[in-house]
Amino acid sequence: MNTQITSSLYDQCIATYNTEQKEGTLAAIRKQAFTSFQKNGFPSTKVEDWKYTNLKPFIQDNLQLVYGETSTALTKEIIESALIPGLDAYIVVLVNGQLQKTLSHQINEKGFTLLPILEATELPAFQQHFGKYTDVTKHHLTAVNTALFKDGLFVHLTKSQVVEKPIHIIHVSTAKTDFFTQPRYLYVVEENARLKVVETYITTTQVKAVVNQLTEVFVGKSANFQQYNIQTGDANAHFIQHTEVFQETTSVYNNYKFSMPGISFLRNNLHIALDGEHIESHMYGLYLSGGAQLVDNHTIVDHRKPNCQSNEHYKGVMQDASTGVFNGKIFVQEDAQKTNAFQQNNNLILGDKASVNSKPQLEIFADDVKCSHGSTIGQFNNEALFYLKTRGIGDEKAKTLLVQAFAFDVTDKIPDESIQDFVNGLIEEGLK
Amino acid sequence: MLSIKNLKASVEGKEILKGLNLEVKAGEIHAIMGPNGSGKSTLASVLAGREDYEITEGEVSFDGKDLLDLSPEDRAREGLFLAFQYPVEIPGVSNINFLKTAVNEVRAYRNLAPLEGKEFLSTLKDRQKLLEFDASLANRSLNEGFSGGEKKRNEILQLAMLEPKLAILDETDSGLDIDALRIVSQGVNKLRSENNAFIVITHYQRLLEHIVPDYVHVLYKGKIVKSGTKELALELEEKGYDWLKESQAELA
Repeated sequence: MNTQITSSLYDQCIATYNTEQKEGTLAAIRKQAFTSFQKNGFPSTKVEDWKYTNLKPFIQDNLQLVYGETSTALTKEIIESALIPGLDAYIVVLVNGQLQKTLSHQINEKGFTLLPILEATELPAFQQHFGKYTDVTKHHLTAVNTALFKDGLFVHLTKSQVVEKPIHIIHVSTAKTDFFTQPRYLYVVEENARLKVVETYITTTQVKAVVNQLTEVFVGKSANFQQYNIQTGDANAHFIQHTEVFQETTSVYNNYKFSMPGISFLRNNLHIALDGEHIESHMYGLYLSGGAQLVDNHTIVDHRKPNCQSNEHYKGVMQDASTGVFNGKIFVQEDAQKTNAFQQNNNLILGDKASVNSKPQLEIFADDVKCSHGSTIGQFNNEALFYLKTRGIGDEKAKTLLVQAFAFDVTDKIPDESIQDFVNGLIEEGLK
Repeated sequence: MLSIKNLKASVEGKEILKGLNLEVKAGEIHAIMGPNGSGKSTLASVLAGREDYEITEGEVSFDGKDLLDLSPEDRAREGLFLAFQYPVEIPGVSNINFLKTAVNEVRAYRNLAPLEGKEFLSTLKDRQKLLEFDASLANRSLNEGFSGGEKKRNEILQLAMLEPKLAILDETDSGLDIDALRIVSQGVNKLRSENNAFIVITHYQRLLEHIVPDYVHVLYKGKIVKSGTKELALELEEKGYDWLKESQAELA
């Protein structure tokens, strides 16, 4: 079998599962996930999906499975420093996935529900969608999360409701010893509803944090869901984020993903199933890596029905000795005639020891489709750099201008100006 | 203002400038002419600080400072400006943002407060008018999709905004139609003063009818082989370079 087992963390996971209650709504789903984890363990680089990303150095035996808040007292100041200037949003603070009511806004919007995930298990919308879009037998880490999660959120917006203000979720990771968390999220955006979520991250520890996050998203008929994910953090942070999106007819889903230097290890899986007609899905990604960072983006776009459009543009800038991975798969199933699928991955290598592995893949089973994909890897245009310098612009600023220009195709797609400014600021910061 | 003494420079081991001397004083306009491959653009590049060239001998002082010791950006901040023969297109960098960054970097070096919002825009508007520069170009990406003439006009607009002491125009007339040539030249004439100087590199006498030089130099095989007044340009236009090449051959 193509797997490896890191014994004591593995044993800890098994023991934790065995001591838990095995009744209620989640029992069957958890059991299936647990069986899968028991069999497969953590992935090694022999697993195709993890070929360029070795998890082994990060999934170590000394990690403790941690739930909820454990140590640091979070202050208002810490939260305020995590806000996006100029963005009028509802603030939701989570510590290791656990909702912090005193630090979060009360959201009174018609048809809107936001609950700790285990408090939502009896709700019809939860039962209808939870666990439906994630294959725990296929993805090792989703099995771990499904078997063991206790924290996270259930976010629900009912039919035809609109929440104008974005929900800004601030994820805080913290513990006293090296730790491993399993936050779990389910977003249900029903027919014709519109919702915007912005996620940012803080790590407030001197210990190693490995966060195995799983998010499921349901976007109902004609609904519109915008999801921003701005990943920042320090060298203690190790994030594995798996997102499964399921879209119905004429819905729109946009995913904006910005990964910044600092975080040691980042693995993003973004899977979108277009399960209806006239669906639009947009994925915009920018990864700016530095130091010895590893940033890995795996995306799957699954066109299942006719007349849909998907558009994916990921851009990477690798500094120092960092590594980038981009793996983008597009499936166009037999039924999915008149599909329009576009994928582009451009990379700029700035560091002498930096590298990138880019692998675009198209699998088309329909015959009347428009699909394109492309991948480029390049270096700084020295002529452009010289030109800027001859106008008195210093080396650092000239490089920032050129990287911002390179990222422009992606950052320009951010409809909200304060988020755009925030991201451009992070780029400038990330190049220092 | 600028003093070049016995300047020798090579690229990839090949010597291009072979002991060049030139003195430029404030208020002067110098034209440099010469056949293809004589080293005109190399001179411009070396002065601006392009890294591809190796300086093997000689010195260049600019307002008393050792120019060759300065980074390209510091040369610009000290007041040197090169109008490129082939301005670079930089998609994603807005023209106006670029100009503002450049102006304020130069101002910061000179201990001047940055030009903000209104002040910057009114200066820009003023200079755009001077060059009959289409205001909509300011909001586009730097030089991206600009016509040849628009690119050259953009170079002179940058010159007007940065107000250098010494401007080097590297074949600014190439690719310009008659109207654009007139506008660019008028712009330069309005910008010239007794405190600044220009080095105009060109192949054609035509430009020098508009921008009248105080001195004309002929660069040949990496050296200035003849200097004179504006009449020299007329003579070159009439006779070509062969007579100069021959007299050089005789000297050798």
